[in-house]
Amino acid sequence: MAAAGVLHGRADARRYENNAATRETPWVKWTLLGISLAFFAMFLLLPLVAVFTEALRKGWVTYLTALSDEDALSAIKLTLITAAIAVPLNLVFGVSAAWCIAKFQFRGKHFLTTLIDLPFSVSPVVAGLIYVLLFGAHGWFGGWLAANDIKIIFAVPGIVLATVFVTFPFVARELIPLMEAQGREEEEAATVLGASGWQTFWRVTLPNIKWGLLYGVILCNARAFGEFGAVSVVSGHIRGQTNTMPLHVEILYNEYNFAAAFAVASLLALLALVTLGLKSFIEWKAGQQSRESE
Amino acid sequence: MSAATLFNPTRQTRVLPGFGLSLGYTLVYLSLLVLIPLSAVFLKTATLGWSEFWAVVTAPRVVASYKLSFGASLLAAGINAVFGLMLAWALVRYTFPGKKLIDALVDLPFALPTAVAGIALTALYAGNGWVGSILEPLGLKVAFTPLGVLVALVFIGVPFVVRTVQPILEDLETELEEAAASLGAQRWQTFTKVILPILLPALLTGFALAFARAVGEYGSVIFIAGNIPMVSEITPLMIITKLEQYDYVGATAIATVMLVFSFALLLVINLLQAWSAKRTGRNR
Repeated sequence: MAAAGVLHGRADARRYENNAATRETPWVKWTLLGISLAFFAMFLLLPLVAVFTEALRKGWVTYLTALSDEDALSAIKLTLITAAIAVPLNLVFGVSAAWCIAKFQFRGKHFLTTLIDLPFSVSPVVAGLIYVLLFGAHGWFGGWLAANDIKIIFAVPGIVLATVFVTFPFVARELIPLMEAQGREEEEAATVLGASGWQTFWRVTLPNIKWGLLYGVILCNARAFGEFGAVSVVSGHIRGQTNTMPLHVEILYNEYNFAAAFAVASLLALLALVTLGLKSFIEWKAGQQSRESE
Repeated sequence: MSAATLFNPTRQTRVLPGFGLSLGYTLVYLSLLVLIPLSAVFLKTATLGWSEFWAVVTAPRVVASYKLSFGASLLAAGINAVFGLMLAWALVRYTFPGKKLIDALVDLPFALPTAVAGIALTALYAGNGWVGSILEPLGLKVAFTPLGVLVALVFIGVPFVVRTVQPILEDLETELEEAAASLGAQRWQTFTKVILPILLPALLTGFALAFARAVGEYGSVIFIAGNIPMVSEITPLMIITKLEQYDYVGATAIATVMLVFSFALLLVINLLQAWSAKRTGRNR
């Protein structure tokens, strides 16, 4: 679904407006436009504006104090570490999955693609629960882990695992349709001319898929920073140790420390805006690349 | 038997290297992180007898949570189908200032962490919030009621319908509408008889995707829901509640119900997408 944006240039709407057969009467047009923009403002714009107004309600000093708080800083650090592990893991997986699915024919291919998408249809809470069942104190490996003094649940490894699960399909699902559309001819030519597998990948495939790859990584990263439900189940909410930024927001909010909660939330909202900006930029770049190659 | 022989590729595609390695890695990674952990849910549930399982998943408080989760999700997906279609139409068919910005911001619910959305919506719809202070004197309480759950689920579902309908609408040939107009069709007739049937599979796919996401949603809902037992508790919260009481078997039983439901919905979505591809001649 999201791939449609990458592969699609946005056409100019004037060709519809200047054509008597494809335009509506002005009052229909303005009513439609009015309703859809009101819907947009009500459900998307207003919450976004609210985050920043609430964060700055008590002024810049309170805002900066909330962000430089020790627990806030350790939450930011843990979030960065989690994303730094989860995103590269899913990046390598995504490339590997897309290579075998897009470049080769084999039985069970469609089924494999469906399985890769599976984590998107699992509730985040269930995603956290499955690792508790495996590695929790009463889980399958709980006894063994306790005997060897390894902590996964209520510790950083559990948070990373839950994050990997919820961000699992992002890179793969961007790359599979893109690489399928590009076909095998260029890689086959390189191989026939004597390039090794890695040379073919680095010199031929990677330049072709770089925008799609980046697109997947950015979406994966945004979700890794912001995951709440799955991480909440496995983290144990230990302040300064197993608190990620979204969990820290929850703790502050439940303590009625709204200004601080929204201050940390505003950082996450800024990241969301940067993500959307980069996403639009990549869509524009990818559109340019596909127009050049036509 | 190795993975490569199990999924034997047809012979003419063997020119490229790396099939065994990439497929092997994909299968191992997928099994370790997704398939084996997910199977734990079913194996754990199997330790429960059928009558015990049934007692857990049909307890009155849990049933009340199904009604809220599924009812509110269905309603939210419906609202998104109507307004998402309008928004997609406006983005494709009309020129207006700020259009590019609005187009980019449609994906906000994908990019904004759910907890941030949750506290922002609560602040807006609480009695002293911008929207709440207008609605409450009118007798409409949103925050900390089932209505609040609906608002949060509408928020997270917005991009699904817009982003499934928008590309189909962009690909639509204007010739179809020109032919309809030249044959004397009114604009509304052209829309319902020519355009809507083409958009329908994509619209339903977007609806189903929004519904699937809403049923499992947790972060954006729990802040605004108020979480009152029998009134505004969603099903994912029931799993959390059981876990906090160290009732792992109970939590897993409810998770099984949710998983079976999501798998069924995933199947429906796949069928809808195949139908959409067939009707519009697009693959994916």
